[in-house]
Amino acid sequence: MNTEQHELSERDKQYWATNLRLIITCVCIWAVVSYGFALLLRPLLMNLPFGFGGVDLGFWFSQQGSVLTFLALVFFYSWRMNRLDKEFGLED
Amino acid sequence: MSQFAINMIFVLGTFAIYSAIAIWARAKNTRDFYIAGGEVHPTLNGMATAADWLSAASFISVAGLISVGYVNSAFIMGWTGGYVLLATLLAPYLRRFGTYTVPDFVGTRYDSKGARVVAVICLIVVSLTYVIGQMTGAGVAFSRFLEVSSTTGLLISAVVVFLYAVLGGMKGVTYTQVAQYTVLILAFTIPAIYLSLMMTGHFLPQTGMWGTHSESGAYLMQTLNEVVRDLGFQDYTADVSNRWNMVLFTLTLMVGTAGLPHVIIRFFTVPNIQDARWSASWALVFIALFYTTAPPLAAMSRLNLIETIYPDGVDQPALAYEERPEWFQTWEDTGLLVFEDKNNDGRIQFYNDGTLPTPNADYTAPEDWAGNELTVNNDILVLALPEIANMPAFLIGLMAAGGIAAALSTASGLLLAISSAVSHDLLKNTLMPNLSDQREMLFARISMVGAILIATYLGLNPPGFAAQTVALAFGMAASSIFPALVLGIFARRINSKGAIAGMVSGALFTVCYIFMYLGWFFIPDTNTFPNTPEYWIMGISPLSVGVIGAAINITVSTLVSVSTEKPSDEVQRMVRAVRYP
Repeated sequence: MNTEQHELSERDKQYWATNLRLIITCVCIWAVVSYGFALLLRPLLMNLPFGFGGVDLGFWFSQQGSVLTFLALVFFYSWRMNRLDKEFGLED
Repeated sequence: MSQFAINMIFVLGTFAIYSAIAIWARAKNTRDFYIAGGEVHPTLNGMATAADWLSAASFISVAGLISVGYVNSAFIMGWTGGYVLLATLLAPYLRRFGTYTVPDFVGTRYDSKGARVVAVICLIVVSLTYVIGQMTGAGVAFSRFLEVSSTTGLLISAVVVFLYAVLGGMKGVTYTQVAQYTVLILAFTIPAIYLSLMMTGHFLPQTGMWGTHSESGAYLMQTLNEVVRDLGFQDYTADVSNRWNMVLFTLTLMVGTAGLPHVIIRFFTVPNIQDARWSASWALVFIALFYTTAPPLAAMSRLNLIETIYPDGVDQPALAYEERPEWFQTWEDTGLLVFEDKNNDGRIQFYNDGTLPTPNADYTAPEDWAGNELTVNNDILVLALPEIANMPAFLIGLMAAGGIAAALSTASGLLLAISSAVSHDLLKNTLMPNLSDQREMLFARISMVGAILIATYLGLNPPGFAAQTVALAFGMAASSIFPALVLGIFARRINSKGAIAGMVSGALFTVCYIFMYLGWFFIPDTNTFPNTPEYWIMGISPLSVGVIGAAINITVSTLVSVSTEKPSDEVQRMVRAVRYP
């Protein structure tokens, strides 16, 4: 017997799919600013003709830019998910 | 009034506040004791999480670590980025699941006492190794700021923690942590603002770092790069050679952060899942306040120290030892600054003669210099700051209270994680299922007393490996706890056999790799290979291996689960309930 198919409605699936999409978006941005800009792509950013406050953008991301992006990400995720919960009438 | 008296007033004043909170926030039942009744405001819980997270080591040492240059940016990203994982992958779901402890989630989700016990063991290894550093840190903070021995300091700290943690459990710990966060963040940011105003004219250190250096008119960071280069160090912003290892190290810190039980249990204390999300966001705000202040503090204090030693520029004669400032003498007394006049010219030549970290290969020192004459313990970048920046005496007192608050708040969070795992998971849910609520709370208090005694003993007699325990704590948290939790939520098919096999293999692999380089069970000279980059397998340092252990955990869990039976309908229903409320 497949209880899953039985109990899950289209609405449930849609809710979870939206959540997963959001998580994937957030984690991708998280990875790009830290592992991308601040680490693996830094040699490229160091060759840019412009920087930020006397340093290359890679260094800025490693010391400040990544943290500020993380902050924006967690607030965006909370705000978006809590709104989604409301839309689906799933508030605790 | 003497500085000592002022420091005393600040420290005793904060202790009085913590004690008052302890009496007000007594736990009435196990729900209060384990999760503060589940009614903590999300913003306050965010503050408490930040206090939990920012340890004595962060407070005193992180700016010094970061001041080495780009390579240690891993700490800044690692110790903040984990909260993105926590907020999106763990906190909301664990809150919805509604358990009291981390092993409680593992045991219930995988419907297995075995999995619960494995999780308890991992938790105790992680938290106990972590707490040793906190207790010694509390002792150090005491001895630095108040003229008491670190043993006395440690015993006083133990008594204070005892008061609010045993009486109030999570409830007492939470509200004292809120107070402790306030003290520690003021103590950390006010001196940084002073320094930033002094060196760049910017009120916010976060913008001052990228502004112009008041004295030279050039960018602060460019000035810093030039002076360190001229003293034989690598540029502050110089790139790393082993980028791969830096990536793995950052990942291990992030994943480890998200897997630390004392941080995770904080999210059980808020009223509902929406609040759990906000709370994780607020936690990162309060943590980011600290971790965006630390990099400018690091860069500015390093430049400031060099300018003190070379008042007329690095190409001019260094400061005469006789003319050294008063704070220099103070910190010489503690041994954190050591001067040795190798060329007998009475001046303090401070440069990289090749023996310090990150040497600049192209550098040659002037001929009459006979080697670096100043040994600097990087902790003084924070500790000596109030005196260097000529701040009023009360700020030094605040700094003392801040360092001690940072140590106590993290220690109490860890002790709570340990004692609740023992009383709730080992006793109530494994050995003595018929325990009544009142009896369970008694056992929770007894476990707390036991944990404090063990931690105090270990703090007084730190094992030789105390400094290496961070590797173990983060490695274990990343390789055992984090994957078991994430799989439990996002992979319905993982069963108890898979979870146990995964946790055991991930943790064993990580611990063995660490022991291979740092000594078996950290016993000196028993390491299989020297801990140098040429011996690291694929260039992976033992500090960075946790994330590889996590990957092994996930692979083994998946393989074992798909080749054994499906989890029961009951478990499948629980996973469903976590996803769709």
